[in-house]
Amino acid sequence: MNMITRRQALGTTAGALTVLGIAGATAHAAATDSRASLPTGTVDEVYQGRRIQITPGGGGHHGGHHGGGHDGLPTVRIDGSELHVMRNADGTWISVVNHYETFADPTSLARAAVRELQGAVLAPFAPMGGTA
Amino acid sequence: MTVRKNQAALSAEEKRAFTSALLELKRTGTYDRFVTTHNGFIMADTDSGDRVGHRSPSFLPWHRRFLLEFEAELQKVDPKVSLPYWDWSADRTTRSSLWAADFLGGTGRARDGQVLDGPFASANGKWAINVRVDGRAYLRRALGAGVAELPTKAEVDAVLNMPVYDMAPWNSSSNGFRNHLEGWRGANLHNRVHVWVGGQMGTGVSPNDPVFWMHHAFVDKLWAEWQARNPKSAYLPAAGTTNVVDLHDTMRPWNDVTPADMLDHRKFYTFDTEPVPAAASQR
Repeated sequence: MNMITRRQALGTTAGALTVLGIAGATAHAAATDSRASLPTGTVDEVYQGRRIQITPGGGGHHGGHHGGGHDGLPTVRIDGSELHVMRNADGTWISVVNHYETFADPTSLARAAVRELQGAVLAPFAPMGGTA
Repeated sequence: MTVRKNQAALSAEEKRAFTSALLELKRTGTYDRFVTTHNGFIMADTDSGDRVGHRSPSFLPWHRRFLLEFEAELQKVDPKVSLPYWDWSADRTTRSSLWAADFLGGTGRARDGQVLDGPFASANGKWAINVRVDGRAYLRRALGAGVAELPTKAEVDAVLNMPVYDMAPWNSSSNGFRNHLEGWRGANLHNRVHVWVGGQMGTGVSPNDPVFWMHHAFVDKLWAEWQARNPKSAYLPAAGTTNVVDLHDTMRPWNDVTPADMLDHRKFYTFDTEPVPAAASQR
C-alpha cells in the first residue's frame, strides 16, 4: 500500500538534500562567525521544507515540562514548535508522532516527524484536551 | 458475562452496534478522555523513571484495566456491545473485512493520509480528532506503509513460548514475554502493528483510531494465551521494585487496582475461543 507516497517521499528527499547542501553551507558560515561556541550536536537544517533545530540538553532543566527524570534530553523543534522526544534504554529515540518506532539519533527522529507531519504544524507541547 | 469475539466473525448487526456506540462516546466527549489519558501515560512513562502504562511489566494489566473501563462505557450506550479483537496474525492484509466501509473504513489517501470511507471518515462530521499532536483534525491511516508486514503466527508463537513474564531492568530493554509482546525487543509484535496502521495509530494519541481497542483486545488475549501455556509462570516483579508496579502495587490513574487484580480475565469477560491450559495446574 501507499507505494506512491513512499516514492513521492523519496523524490522529495532527493530534492531536499540539494537544499540541505545550501543550508548546510550557510550554517557552516554562520558557525565560523558567531555560533562557534554552540555545543557539538546542534542541528539547524531545512528538511523537506521544514526547519529542524536540535539543541543538546544541559545537565539541568529543559523547559520544566514533563517530569520524566530525563534532564539532558535535547530539545527538538520543527518550524519553532517543540517535538516531544524520549530516549530508550538502548540509546534509540522515539517522538510523540512516531511513538512505536525507534530511531538511531535525534536527527533521524526529527526527519521522520517531518515526513509524518506532511506539512502539518505541531500542536503545542502539552496535548490538546488538557490534563483530564 | 461479556464475550469478546474475533472481529472477523462479527455479524453486520454487531458491527453496526459497535461503531454506533463508538460514535456516541465520541459525541458525548467520553471517548476523548480516554485518548487524553493514554497520551498522558505515553509521554510520562520512561525507561529510567516511573513507568506504568508502557515499557514496563504493568503494560499488560494497565491496558487490561484501560480496556475494561472503555468497554464499560460502550456498554452504558449499548449493553449488547463488547470489544472485538483483531487477530492481526490472521487478518493481515488491507483487504480484510476489518477495513471495509461497513466497519472501520480503509487506509488513507496518499496526499494527506485522510481516511475517506467508513463511519469515522472526516466528511461524516462525527469523528473529529480533538486530542492531537499536530494540526490535523481528521483520522489518518497508511496501512502497510510504515512497515510492510504484520507479525506472523510463527512470530506470535515464539513469544508465547517465552516462559518468564518479565525481567530486570523492567523496561524497553528487558528480555522476557512482556517486552517481546510489547515489541521493543525481538520480532516486535504490538509496536509493529501500531506502525503498520500508521496515522494517529503511530503516535501517542493512538486511541483516536478505533482499531486501537481491537488491537489491544488481541494483545490482551495473547496475555491470556501465554498464561494458559505457562501455568507456572507469574507476573513479575513481586515486590520492592523502584519506579515499577509490583504485583500488589496499585496502578495510576485508578489507584485502586493492582496487577494481581487483573491476572484472571475470566472475572470480567471470556473470549469466543478461550485459551486452553497447557497443564492441569491452577495459576
